[in-house]
Amino acid sequence: MSAPLTSLDRPNSYIGRSVPRPNAKRLLAGRGRYVSDLRLPRMLHAAFLRSPHAHAKIISIDIEQARALEGVHLVATGADLAKICTPWTGTLDHFKGMTSAPQLPLPLDRVVWAGQAVVAVVAETRAIAEDALELIEVEYEDLLVVVDIDCAREVGTPLVNPGSANNVCFRSQLDSGGVDDVFASAAHVVEEEFSFGRHTAVTLEPRAIVADYDPGSEMLTVHHGTQTPYQFQDLYSRHYGIPEARVRVIATDIGGSFGMKLHVYHEDMAVVGLSILLGRPVKYVADRIESFVSDIHARDHRVRARIALDAKGEILAMDVHDLTAIGAFSTYPRTSVVEGNQVIRLIGAPYRFKNYRAALEVIFQNKVQTSQYRAVGHPIACAVTERLVDMAAAKVGLDPFAIRERNVIADDAYPQTSPTGYRFEALSHQECLRRLHAMMDYDALRAEQADLRKRGVYRGIGIATFVEITNPSPAFYGVGGARISSQDGAIVSLTPTGEVRCLISVTEQGQGTEAIISQIVADQLGLAQEHVKVITGDTEVTPHGGATWACRGAGIGGETALQATRVLKRNILEIAALILQEQPAALDIIDGEVVDAATRQQRLPISEIARIAYFRSDTLPPGTQAQLTVSHHFAPQGYPFAFTNGIQGCSLEVDVETGFIKLLKHFVVEDCGRIINPMLVDEQLRGGVVQGLGAALFEECRYSDTGQLINGSLADYLVPMAMEMPDIVIAHVETPTADTALGAKGCGEAGTAAASACVLNAVNDALTPFGATISTIPITPAKILKALKRF
Amino acid sequence: MSGIGDDMLVDGADETMRVRFVVNGRKVACEVAPRETLVDCLRNVLELTGTHAGCEMGACGACLVQIDGRAVHSCLMFAVQADGARIDTIEGLSESGVIADLQAEFHRRNALQCGFCTPGMLVNAHELLSQVTRPSREAIRDALSGNYCRCTGYEAIVDAIDAVAKARVEARVEVRSEGGSAT
Repeated sequence: MSAPLTSLDRPNSYIGRSVPRPNAKRLLAGRGRYVSDLRLPRMLHAAFLRSPHAHAKIISIDIEQARALEGVHLVATGADLAKICTPWTGTLDHFKGMTSAPQLPLPLDRVVWAGQAVVAVVAETRAIAEDALELIEVEYEDLLVVVDIDCAREVGTPLVNPGSANNVCFRSQLDSGGVDDVFASAAHVVEEEFSFGRHTAVTLEPRAIVADYDPGSEMLTVHHGTQTPYQFQDLYSRHYGIPEARVRVIATDIGGSFGMKLHVYHEDMAVVGLSILLGRPVKYVADRIESFVSDIHARDHRVRARIALDAKGEILAMDVHDLTAIGAFSTYPRTSVVEGNQVIRLIGAPYRFKNYRAALEVIFQNKVQTSQYRAVGHPIACAVTERLVDMAAAKVGLDPFAIRERNVIADDAYPQTSPTGYRFEALSHQECLRRLHAMMDYDALRAEQADLRKRGVYRGIGIATFVEITNPSPAFYGVGGARISSQDGAIVSLTPTGEVRCLISVTEQGQGTEAIISQIVADQLGLAQEHVKVITGDTEVTPHGGATWACRGAGIGGETALQATRVLKRNILEIAALILQEQPAALDIIDGEVVDAATRQQRLPISEIARIAYFRSDTLPPGTQAQLTVSHHFAPQGYPFAFTNGIQGCSLEVDVETGFIKLLKHFVVEDCGRIINPMLVDEQLRGGVVQGLGAALFEECRYSDTGQLINGSLADYLVPMAMEMPDIVIAHVETPTADTALGAKGCGEAGTAAASACVLNAVNDALTPFGATISTIPITPAKILKALKRF
Repeated sequence: MSGIGDDMLVDGADETMRVRFVVNGRKVACEVAPRETLVDCLRNVLELTGTHAGCEMGACGACLVQIDGRAVHSCLMFAVQADGARIDTIEGLSESGVIADLQAEFHRRNALQCGFCTPGMLVNAHELLSQVTRPSREAIRDALSGNYCRCTGYEAIVDAIDAVAKARVEARVEVRSEGGSAT
């Protein structure tokens, strides 16, 4: 018996199909074109002298020897660049009361973190530029350093920004009311303090930029390894006073980004200025140590939270205080408070309770800035919520699955509004829980765990539900005054040979943007995917849009492509109808052929329509103007965000003698709405999970008391490698959003959102026989042994 | 200001040496500074940008090339040390077709995202399969433990190498059995 036909059996049905990425073959042959590979005629190279102090006054800078070195073209200080670049401030209007000091490419008189770029050298080669750095003498006067978050909050403590009243960047509160009363009368209250280490993106290709200012045409071209070329076009235009139409930002292949490469970095702004000063292309590629000390870091939160339950284990209320330290500045233009904001708004999100209170405190310190990195806030919100739920389950005497089944918002109860104000269109926690339970073979895992415990083998099982923010509307940045678009644009053309070209504002960092856009276009037009060419990442040719961040590529970019293609198809069929003397509605397109919609009988290839329209328009009826190029924009409306959900599970083993953790298997059930390419979605989830596992077990930017990053290399900062990572089993529930025709939501953060929470719960589960608990991430062997009182 | 004196030059920094390699099957000669690493020479002088620099300390595997048939970190070697060596980079390995099956399987299974680690992964996978015909998944993961990939989560890479190993073994068995029947 053959399987029933599905929508995938329709010709050219690419939505929902696992097809390989057309643009991946070139990368496999070493033919990627990353910014770090780029070489332009007359191109020079920049290097930066960095501050050895975490906080110091700049007394003097002597650049004479460096300037005299053969091969050096320019040595620039903060004052030189301040003449041509206006300062920026990393605040947004909707974060009421937040402050941050103005920033310039290079500092004028004070350094605020160890590793901050102070002087730029531009030379014939990078090596000569670095030689010249050694000839620069900077005299510093040490200032008191604020490193520790508690120290930063003390009254009378040294100030990161002199002139301010304290080291507070931002404070925020949420209160649905009634929280104290609920806690006072609750049958069970569980409380814990959690801490989440600083970690960073560690993209394999470091930040790279080639700025090319042509004084002849007064035109700035920037080849920039970034997710968001339009954002940078706007910023370079405004801060250097160049009309926007004369600024072109090209984002070619990019060796990983994960949110890290969409922020303004001092060196990048400086390189643009250096190119303007020299009228020549200037290249800068961060080396690995520079990446560690100047890329944004993320997390670094300490959360005290409590949860109240009734006698049966129903969650009644949560009360949260999140404290986070963000470095010396708030990052521009997306700020450094979004993570904290999302932590306090996402905590408790899967559950039904109504009484919620949260306070957020964002603190300055003398470290490099933190900001948005993959799954912003989600891993913290998830770990706090899910660990408390597990602790509550133990107290009430419920299994982790049982307490979640009792408390998640029911699948048939949507739409819902969370106590923090998030509006959920439709989520599927119950279904995901059921699927995970079956997929893990949970009862068998528990039985095996019990058996092994008798033999002194300590395995742990952990699960974590999560909610993910995707498809952001202007509610995310636009309302705060940031010129960061939430809409996307596409230009779709039928070419003279009958192929389709799509220029679109979403960008590619390897997640498969170009592949899924070509799938959507081919699917909607009725064409083989290999006849669709997708072009991204060049502000000169692709329309303005949000590009790729916060899980918006498939949901918003995909819908843009879908709507644009539907218009193009309509236009093609109008011309076809004129040629064939039919009504457009009687025609369709399959495999690049116009067909009779009812019988599917072939009538005319679309290449013939293109030929006639482009070369023999004289044969069309008078007054006909074929529109075979369609420009179309789509801005999300309806729900401010398309929330997704899912649940993860993991099984691991703790060696109680050494403290080492062996990850055995990881499970994900995820609901990102309509899936366009299952293989790519699974790949996103696995990659995301592994980043979350890195955070859970290995990754931490460690600082000395004097504010020096002490593990800024790939030998000292541990990232997850193949050997330590488990196989990851994935299943899907599909709840499409009704806000779009496509129905897709994002999936890029989901893996990272809950992986560390799962591990935290599993490790605590493994340690149960010892009465030991862990509440900090990363969970290092030393922490395990300390919890076991063996270290 | 006055002209540049000799004391303004960093000693020896601008002196170069002539080195000869056989790169991807072709003889090349180039002038390199003694301090120039092989990865910089390959990328900047020979324009073989498929070899990547990720950590410049031998930890990430992005710069792996074959030197005289063995996978070597080109960031840990000075170009002058490779004088006289046969060097095969991702470009040459691609053109010769020796890793075509690995590349096809990586593509089919999407065992790459940004692609920055991929050339190094392929060089390492090629080396592994040239030494062990049928490595276990554990052995594949172990062999990849010096190749950092931030995007994929590694599983598809392990799957792809596993599938190629299996296919190569099966192809050999077929060849053998065909050879057997011919005699």
